[in-house]
Amino acid sequence: MSALLDIQNLTISAGDTTLVSNLSFTLAKGERLGLIGESGSGKSLTSLAATGLLPAGLSADGSVILDDQQVIGSKDSTINRLRGTAVAMVFQEPLTALDPLMRVGKQVAEPLARRARRDGRPLTGAALNQAVLALLDDVALPEPARLARAYPHELSGGQRQRIAIAMALACQPDLLIADEPTTALDVTTQAEILGLLDRLVRERNMALLFISHDLPVVANTVERVVVLRQGITVETGPVASVFANPRHDYTRSLLAAAQRLDHALEGKP
Amino acid sequence: MSTAAVTTPPRRQGKKSLTLWAGAILVGLHVVVGLLSLVWLPYDPNAFTGGRLEGASLLHWVGTDRLGRDLFTQLMIGSRIALFVGVGAVAIGAAIGVTLGLLAAFASKWLDDALAATLDILIAFPTLLIAMLVVAMSDTASLWSAVVALGIALSAIVARLTRILAKRVLVMDYITAARTSGSSWLKIVAIHILPNIWPTLSVNFALQFGLAVIAEASLSYLGLGAPPPNASWGRMLQEAQGTVFTAPLGAIAPGIALVSLAIGVNLLADGLRERIDPTRSTR
Repeated sequence: MSALLDIQNLTISAGDTTLVSNLSFTLAKGERLGLIGESGSGKSLTSLAATGLLPAGLSADGSVILDDQQVIGSKDSTINRLRGTAVAMVFQEPLTALDPLMRVGKQVAEPLARRARRDGRPLTGAALNQAVLALLDDVALPEPARLARAYPHELSGGQRQRIAIAMALACQPDLLIADEPTTALDVTTQAEILGLLDRLVRERNMALLFISHDLPVVANTVERVVVLRQGITVETGPVASVFANPRHDYTRSLLAAAQRLDHALEGKP
Repeated sequence: MSTAAVTTPPRRQGKKSLTLWAGAILVGLHVVVGLLSLVWLPYDPNAFTGGRLEGASLLHWVGTDRLGRDLFTQLMIGSRIALFVGVGAVAIGAAIGVTLGLLAAFASKWLDDALAATLDILIAFPTLLIAMLVVAMSDTASLWSAVVALGIALSAIVARLTRILAKRVLVMDYITAARTSGSSWLKIVAIHILPNIWPTLSVNFALQFGLAVIAEASLSYLGLGAPPPNASWGRMLQEAQGTVFTAPLGAIAPGIALVSLAIGVNLLADGLRERIDPTRSTR
């Protein structure tokens, strides 16, 4: 089976500065991969490069093959067909990832209708409405009919992230990219959202590219990890072996930091 | 309106409504009078129907001008012309300005810089001066040339505002989110960018409507606006200039008409903005 996302020797640079260098990994259908690193290590840039959405001024070299289509150097219209079909994304900050002036139900309906149109069976009116409510129900939002008519600022952070996840699910993607989806949430909400993502990814057999700096979060969600530091891959492998026997100092320091935080939370020295 | 009912606490509704209603009544009055002038006028605006410079009376509600023509009739026609100029100039300014602004926001760095610099130079010119230039370039002074001239003069500010607002929206996560879900740029402009810049733009349009009405009066005052027999408020003011102490009503009446329309439009825009922007209701 060919890989869903195949990144080989990806290098992202801004002028003379290299932000990500020689990054390679592959992701098969239904597989879950974690991309770990501190802020500025190039995690989010990698996800943007995978969807061909690097900001102006940044350039990518190497090869990114998404659903058998080379992303780097392709025309935007070609890649745009993959966005919202092969791949969808959930962002870190759910408040800014939602349009403040559009009712959330409509924001979910937008990608839903587009996906249906691309599949050649357009959804409109009551049927579309029904599909939106079903999706909101899927992401475990209470009272979908009432919340669908709300604006983002009227929802809590957790509810907003559920809406953002529903928007991504509406695309029925083969690959879901979650860019620090729980970082902006409090700990209890984090656990709920992680559980929800985990369930949805399994149910729908989606591949997951999970980007995070938070090791415990990653450990429970993915099968394999790639550890990035300043744009360079320092370690890669199955999550259990990387965490049990970290070979690189940086991974060890990340793990140690996470353990110290755990101990502090539990009141141990 | 159900939107407002759901999102707005009742306490603030009252204050907003006052602004909205005051604006709606002032503008509505001018619209009604302007429309009425199309089908009914007290007198023929160009007929000498009374003595010269008469004061207010039952026959001539705000008196007559120095040729004995009824001033109220001219005021009514003035409403129609002012509204036409305001709507026309803002529509032309918006069409040109929003298009240019969006183009600049999406353009490459080089084109964007060139457009921005051009707009800054245009804005440095007084609106009236640009309008006078455009009018001067057209063969004859007419209402249309005044409207087009004002529209072009206003468009530079609209373009600059649109460019800046659109750039601010473009970097938001929800635009990236829409892009990752496969939305086209046209769709993003239509459903995300325009609605998000509209509250600010619409307030600007209302201000410009007021500006356009006053600028048209200035053009007419200078003899560059609507030519006679169109009774523009600006021309009425100009004609009343020589007799302002003997028959003050001739200057006061069009003055009040002008100010009431400009204020009305601003109040209306303010009230409407509070209604169409749902995020304001909880602040």
